[in-house]
Amino acid sequence: MFIVGELINGMYGNIGKAIAGRDKKVIQECALSQVKSGADALDVNCGPASRDPVSDIKWLIESIQEVTDKTICVDSSKPKVIESGLKAVKGTAILNSTTADLDKMDILVPLAKQYKAKLIGLTISAKGIPQNKDQRLELAAEIVSYCAEKEFPIEDLYLDPIAMPVNVAQSQQKEVLEAIHEFKIISDPSPKTILGLSNVSQGSTERSLINRTFLTMALGFGLDAAILDPLDSLLMNAAIASDLILNKNIYCDKFLEAYRNK
Amino acid sequence: MAVQLMQEKWQGVISTVTIGATKEDGGSRSSTIKIGAEESLPCLFKEGAIPNKPRVAFEVWDVPPVDWPRELSQEFSDSLNDPFVWAGKCIKDYNAELICLRLQGAHPDYQDKSPEEEAAFIKEFIRRVNLPLIILGCGDDAKDNLLLPACSEAARGERCLIGNATQENYKAIAASAMADGHSIIAESPIDVNIAKQLNILICDTGLPLERIVIDPTIGALGYGLEYAYSIMERARLAALSGDKTLASPFICFVGQEAWRAKEAKSGEPSQGVMWEVITAASLIQAGADLLVMRHPDAAVKAGKFIDKLFYKK
Repeated sequence: MFIVGELINGMYGNIGKAIAGRDKKVIQECALSQVKSGADALDVNCGPASRDPVSDIKWLIESIQEVTDKTICVDSSKPKVIESGLKAVKGTAILNSTTADLDKMDILVPLAKQYKAKLIGLTISAKGIPQNKDQRLELAAEIVSYCAEKEFPIEDLYLDPIAMPVNVAQSQQKEVLEAIHEFKIISDPSPKTILGLSNVSQGSTERSLINRTFLTMALGFGLDAAILDPLDSLLMNAAIASDLILNKNIYCDKFLEAYRNK
Repeated sequence: MAVQLMQEKWQGVISTVTIGATKEDGGSRSSTIKIGAEESLPCLFKEGAIPNKPRVAFEVWDVPPVDWPRELSQEFSDSLNDPFVWAGKCIKDYNAELICLRLQGAHPDYQDKSPEEEAAFIKEFIRRVNLPLIILGCGDDAKDNLLLPACSEAARGERCLIGNATQENYKAIAASAMADGHSIIAESPIDVNIAKQLNILICDTGLPLERIVIDPTIGALGYGLEYAYSIMERARLAALSGDKTLASPFICFVGQEAWRAKEAKSGEPSQGVMWEVITAASLIQAGADLLVMRHPDAAVKAGKFIDKLFYKK
């Protein structure tokens, strides 16, 4: 599976402080520790407290690229911040994210095309968060058909069915899982699927256990990628073992080591 | 409308292993041989680069084989007693470019030669034969553990391919190959999981993955060839999909297996040679990079087949 490390986010105290104080070292250490733990890409988000996110995101990305050439996932709800981030990315970028709203897609899909970035599409709209699988599918289909119309490559589109905290939306979990499976059959070539995983355990106890259980189940439903905490080694082990069960990697007794040294 | 062929794009590449060191490389071989480096499945030249063709190695023993069938042994009737003459014949009469020297004489059931005797023999062989070399132990784990490090040292700097290392017996061989600048053969029993595990174990000793050649263990035509074929195919698919732990070239002991078949030993004229050639031709299509062969006619025919496959228009 494709793993996006979530830890470079201004919402976290140490990162927020590092952004404010322009402390490169903290950011670079955080980037490297995630890469070392198996992240294929790094999510970058200035956080809600940033006063100048347009320049903050540029600084973050430039700092990270001094130490790694992994894919950068430019994470913001503001198109101006996203564009500033995409401009700074030297290698592959992922635009995180658009919703299914036309006014958003009208700006963000051309932007992703212009910067040859992959695109995360949240199955959410101004009307709110979908309440069942069918509403998720409807929004997913809207995103896919918009992208197809604008000739954005569908295999570079990652659909996110929006994970909801299990302690407030227990009945949504199965809907999310089934949506993952059905997203894959919307079109050929299929769009990819992604989950912002940690949301599922927001506000719960036993967060790590809930995260890794949900991740393994989602992988069973065909999930391609997740934004998660790669430093959670039990979570990473579960992801690696899931790939094995799904016959994506060849078994050997040292399969954990084999995956980590890939 | 013209039909468009579906072409696969691979992200992985097989590692390149060089056998033999010339004077410039610090050795004394007349040439070097590169194997591996494929970027696509066998013979799919349009899907990715296949810069190195498969190579044939002629098998030579340090002692005369006792149980080779007549069709095979009569080819070398004048030379089986003398490995130097035997190797010379392979080079002069059949244009061999690579020799696989099997130290069968060290086996406790053969002549139980000591590691020192065999190391001295290797030194002499290197002096008199200047082709790149594959050096094989006698197949007895305990003996090979003493034998191969001694021979590895005797061949230091010649960048040989040394084997076989197995899951139960790899540490001493890997350590000496690393110290003396050789590559090693990692043998697994027609089992892709063990092939992968052994590559990781060897890599953990410090020998880089780029100095390992996989012996997947093969069966001859009619004796499990298709099992070997599918294991090699599976490993190659994983390697090309990005699994570096399986991205090693393959060596196949074609002669050893083909001449065990009762059909090869039947005494029908040329049947043994054909058995060896067909086994080799099939394995080339499974991804074999090195074919160790016994009958010179079979080796020459396999070489011609390879040249035809790799003929560029």
